Amino acid sequence: MPLEFERPLVELEEKIRALEATAREQNLDLSDEIELLKGKLERLQREIFAGLTPWQRVQVARAPGRPTTLDVAERIFEDFYELRGDRAFADDPAIVGGLARFAGRRVVFVGHQKGRNTKENIARNFGMPHPEGYRKAMRLMDLADREGVPFLAFIDTPGAYPGVSAEERGQAWVIARSIQRMSRLRVPAVAVILGEGGSGGALAIGVGNRVLILENAWYSVISPESCAAILWRDAKEAERAAAALKLTARDLLELGVVDRIVPEPGGGAHKNPEGAIRELESALLAVLRELEGLSPEELWQDRYRKFRALGAFEES
Amino acid sequence: MAIERLFRRRRTRGEGREVPDLWIRCQACGSQLYKKDLEQNLGVCPHCGHHHRIPVEDWVRILADEGSFEAITGKVRPVDALSFVDTEPYPERLARYQQKTGRPDAIYGGRATIGGVKSVLLVMDYAFAGGSMGSVVGEEIARGAELAAREDRALVIVTASGGARMQEGALSLMQMAKTTMALEFVFQKRLPYVSILTHPTTGGVTASFATLADVILAEPDALIGFAGPRVIKQTIRQDLPEGFQRSEFLLKHGLLDAVVDRRKLKEELVRVLRLFSEDPDAA
Repeated sequence: MPLEFERPLVELEEKIRALEATAREQNLDLSDEIELLKGKLERLQREIFAGLTPWQRVQVARAPGRPTTLDVAERIFEDFYELRGDRAFADDPAIVGGLARFAGRRVVFVGHQKGRNTKENIARNFGMPHPEGYRKAMRLMDLADREGVPFLAFIDTPGAYPGVSAEERGQAWVIARSIQRMSRLRVPAVAVILGEGGSGGALAIGVGNRVLILENAWYSVISPESCAAILWRDAKEAERAAAALKLTARDLLELGVVDRIVPEPGGGAHKNPEGAIRELESALLAVLRELEGLSPEELWQDRYRKFRALGAFEES
Repeated sequence: MAIERLFRRRRTRGEGREVPDLWIRCQACGSQLYKKDLEQNLGVCPHCGHHHRIPVEDWVRILADEGSFEAITGKVRPVDALSFVDTEPYPERLARYQQKTGRPDAIYGGRATIGGVKSVLLVMDYAFAGGSMGSVVGEEIARGAELAAREDRALVIVTASGGARMQEGALSLMQMAKTTMALEFVFQKRLPYVSILTHPTTGGVTASFATLADVILAEPDALIGFAGPRVIKQTIRQDLPEGFQRSEFLLKHGLLDAVVDRRKLKEELVRVLRLFSEDPDAA
C-alpha cells in the first residue's frame, strides 16, 4: 500500500512499466518516451519528498520495506553472529545484537528489530522491547568494553513496551540503567536512528558519541499520537503534534540532538533500502574514523560534553 | 459550638457547599480534618494514613535541619525553543505555572544538612506542569549533582513527575541522559545518592535519575512506573491488577528498598545517610 502522497509517483511508475511492456511485446522503440517519464518521475519524487510535512515523514519512517537492524547487519557487516538472551529471564526478539566485522574491524552491535511483515511484527512485538531486551543490550555493551571494540546501536522503536509484564519487571529501572551503561562505554559508541526514535525506549541505546539519523526518521520524547491524545485529548491531532514536536531529522540537527543526517535515496529508504544502507555505511565509517583515535577517558568526556550541553534555558 | 458547626457542614456537603478554609477533607477516606492538624501530621491523614501532596517548601522543612537550607535553584529559566503551541502557546502555560508556584520551573532545592550530613536536597514540584522534566529541571538536577560532588555532599532528590515535558520535544528526552551522566560525579566520589519517590513518579524521570539512586525510598501507595496506567490499559485492553504500580507492589517486585511513612522519613533518611559514613556518629 503506497502512502497517500506517493500516489502520483505510483501512477507514473505504472505508466513507465506499461510502456516498457508495450515496447517489449510489440518490439517498439519507446526509449525516448520512457526516459522522459523517468526523468519526470525523478523530479516529482524530489519535489514531493522535499516538501513532506513532519507527519508525512513519520509515515515514511514507519513504511514497510524500510531497512531494519538485521537488514543493515546483513548488508554492511562482512560477518555477524547474533547473540541472544539476557542471561536472566528471556530473549527479547524486539532487540537484536551480536558480534560483527565492519569494514575490517571488529564491532559489537545492537538494535531494535521490527518485523518485515505482520506475522514477524507480532513475534517482534512491533519493535517494542521489554526489560530483558535492554538487559541484552547492556550485556552487549559489557562485551564491547571488554573486547575494546566499537559499539553500534540502531534505533527503530515506537517506544519501550507499555504493558503490565514490562512494568512489573522494572521497565523504567532498566531503561535508566541502559542509558547509564551506554554513557559509561570505554569504546567509541555510535547510535543511528533508522526509523522511529520513540522516547526513552530509543534513548536507552542512544547515548552515542555520535548520533546519526536517516533523513526521514523521527526522534522525540513521545509519539505524535500519544502527544496528541494528551495535549489535544484527541489522537487524530497527531498531524499537528508531529509538527509541534520538531521531530524531523533537520529539526533535530538544528537542536543539536543529532550530529549528522544520512541522506535517503529518492522516494525514501523503503523504496530503495540497498541505497539507504550504502549511504549509512559510508556515514558510519566516517564517524568511526573520527572516534577511533580517542582514549576511553576522552570518549567519556566527549559523550558527557555532548549530552551535558543539550537543553534550552536562560539564566537570570 | 465548633462541633455543631462541623456537623452542619458535613450535612451540606452533598449540596456543593464549600468546606470552610480551616477544614479539609481527606482525599482517600473523606474524613474532615482540621487543616492545622493535617499540616502538623505532615499531610498524612491521621485516620487512614493517606499521604497528601505537600508544598515543596514543606519537604525542605521536613528533611533539612532547621536553618541549614540555602537555595541553589531559581536562576535558570525555561525558554520556548520549539515555539510549541498546543491548546495554548508554551510561554503562556509557563507564565501561568510560574505565577501559581512562584518559581521558574518544576524544581526547588539547595544545600542543606540532613541529620548533620552535608547534602544537596532537590525537590520536584508537581504543581508546576505536573513536575514534568524539561531543560530547566534537567539542568538543575545536573548542577545539583555536580555541586554535591564538588563539595562532598550527599545527594537527596524527592521526585514527583508525570515524566518528560512534551513542549520541549527531544530536548526533554535528552535531559534523561544529561541527569544520568551528571550522577557519575557523585558516584565517582563515593558520595551517597538517595531518591525519595512520591506520588506520582512516572515516565522519563523514573526512567533516568530517579531509579539510579544507591537507595530508593518511596512513600506509601505512590504510583511509580514507566507508562501511565491509562496507556497500559489501552495497550493490553484489560483491567490492571490491584495495587499495580503502587509502592508496595514495586517493593515486592524488587524495585525499591523501602516504603516509608512520611512521619518516619527524616529519621530513616538520616540513618541511611549515616551508614554511608565511616564514622557512626558522623555529622
